[in-house]
Amino acid sequence: MSRPMNRRQDNHKISRELFVLTYGALVAQLCKDYEKDEDVNKYLDRMGYDIGIRLIEDFLARSAMRKCRSYSETVDVIAQVAFKMYLGITPSVSCSNTTENEFFLMLDNNPLVDFVEELPPGRSSLCYCNLLCGVIRGALEMVHLAAEVTFVQDRLKGDDVTEIGITFPKRLEVKKHKRNK
Amino acid sequence: MADSPLFQALHMEMAHALCADQEKGLGALEGVGFRVGQGLSERLTKEMPSFKDELDVVKFLCKDLWINVFKKQVDNLRTNHQGTYMLQDNQFLPLSRLSNGKQYLEEAPKFLAFTCGLVKGALSNLGFDSTVTAEVTAMPSSKFQVVIQKS
Repeated sequence: MSRPMNRRQDNHKISRELFVLTYGALVAQLCKDYEKDEDVNKYLDRMGYDIGIRLIEDFLARSAMRKCRSYSETVDVIAQVAFKMYLGITPSVSCSNTTENEFFLMLDNNPLVDFVEELPPGRSSLCYCNLLCGVIRGALEMVHLAAEVTFVQDRLKGDDVTEIGITFPKRLEVKKHKRNK
Repeated sequence: MADSPLFQALHMEMAHALCADQEKGLGALEGVGFRVGQGLSERLTKEMPSFKDELDVVKFLCKDLWINVFKKQVDNLRTNHQGTYMLQDNQFLPLSRLSNGKQYLEEAPKFLAFTCGLVKGALSNLGFDSTVTAEVTAMPSSKFQVVIQKS
């Protein structure tokens, strides 16, 4: 029948489809249970956080990543290794010009919204993929990096692109001096 | 190797989060499973020829649907040929991570509700109304009883 390589790729596709379908069903159920978009968003974020604090172990075990030495390296790993591993996409990374602690992940081909053309009526403030923000935040916290993670732009809400913003606390100046010694 | 850590993680988290309010939660979990069952059976049967009969449909659940979601087939299928089917999975994936035996038995319903909905949803998409209940006496083995309503 199919060559082993094809079957492996098929299996990944099947697994991902199941996750995408389940995620959509979950969002639909939450919209049924909670009237306010804000409540659904918070719920998704919290669930994502709980998943993230556990998923990090799976990630570290499967990727055998060494400790990252900078915020920039960390975000690159999230985009190029983690997103690739779990969702099969590689968001592009950009850094805010003004500071070195604010990054953006641009999601070009987000599989989570594969079956979603637009937000349900009356749900214009829904952050459909908010689970992702929670997952990233939870996972980062387990490697001792506190960060704020939110959707800064969302195609489903009418923006041109879908972008996740990751903001780390500013590094203290003291560390710089120590390095120069 | 077929692996779905994201789905497993999501299923586990749904079981915990949605069931903070146990009674409402089981219904919500089943609702999520129902929608997934509808969508999944739609996608899986797209390229397939139509089913011969009711038993054929149930066999599809035990094989194609189960493999897609739980990476294995149902181990045992019994029927009274009058609309009642019993599906037994001796290594039910969601439970196999909980325990082997009687420990955490009271937690089991949370991890079965989604699947009950899944089966119901799949059958619904294929034109059958049903009730699905699950029973666990010793983890990780589970039995799903499907009663297809006569139209």
